[in-house]
Amino acid sequence: MAHVAVSSAGPALADAPPPGAIERPDFQIVPRVGLPIVAVVLGLLIAGIAVNELWPLEFLHVVGGAAWTVIDLFLGFVLGPIIGRLSIPARVEFTTRLMPKMVLIMPTVVTVTLAAGWQLGNKLGTVQSSYHLHGWVVASYIVVGVMAVIALGLLEPANIAVLVEMKKPRPNPAVIERLMKRFIYTAGATGLMQVATFVIMTKLAAG
Amino acid sequence: MSDRRLPPVTQVGMVSLALIVAGGIYLSAHLPQHVPLGPAVALLCASTLLLAGNLAALARVQGFAWLRFFEIARWALLAYAIIAGMIEYSFVRDHLSGGPLVVLTLSLAVFAIHVPVLIGFTVARYDGLA
Repeated sequence: MAHVAVSSAGPALADAPPPGAIERPDFQIVPRVGLPIVAVVLGLLIAGIAVNELWPLEFLHVVGGAAWTVIDLFLGFVLGPIIGRLSIPARVEFTTRLMPKMVLIMPTVVTVTLAAGWQLGNKLGTVQSSYHLHGWVVASYIVVGVMAVIALGLLEPANIAVLVEMKKPRPNPAVIERLMKRFIYTAGATGLMQVATFVIMTKLAAG
Repeated sequence: MSDRRLPPVTQVGMVSLALIVAGGIYLSAHLPQHVPLGPAVALLCASTLLLAGNLAALARVQGFAWLRFFEIARWALLAYAIIAGMIEYSFVRDHLSGGPLVVLTLSLAVFAIHVPVLIGFTVARYDGLA
């Protein structure tokens, strides 16, 4: 596996790694090995919506939603603070291994959860305005909408930008630091909003 | 880290996305009743104007890393077109039609363009920074 130097003391002027440079493993911004898995999951989603049966829709929505919630909470409140306290070389190595996976996992999980959830709501009638807990359903739209705007406008661009910066021959540590902070803070914010999702979804399930 | 003076593309993009989401929530919250389309169309128009404004403001930036921008944005566009297609499929599968389908389809188009713009911008703004 190829390694590239990341300077922890500002930009280097020569081609050779500068003193104090940190080695990071080579990586793909979008891990190609994961693309067939994403294709299979999206295929299952299309099939689930097409057959419109309760069990596949419930499976896709619950599994996707659980993965989304757990990842947001774990990243925002457990991994985030840990990453912040790691040494720079450890942080760089951890980031190069975590962030490419997040590029594939999060959009897939979110798409599966929302599309299957919408179809499930149609099947069960919970998205109809006549549903007795309609206010709670609209509240879930608002929570998901706020999370989507944060994730699409801040989190996902920061994720990609960190990876592109780290892929450069001489990445800028200040840029990586700034983008990683943005990534972790926004993951924490969406993690907090996931608590609201818990409240709403358990209320809807309880009836 | 020196930061070039750039237009507030991310902030404007987030407002545009928020308007799209608000329009989607407005339409979804009224199903299956007849929905007055006026508010949703107004939100869509405002969001589209912000997208156009964002692109125009970005086009005027001197020395912007356009190669890097398009290198990233085109792949993001592909990914978000697939995601938008999945959502559209769900709408069509549920026999959504007429005005609400048109508004939601155009909203998805704005979403599928604006998110890649934000990703490309965030990457390109740091290109060449020392």
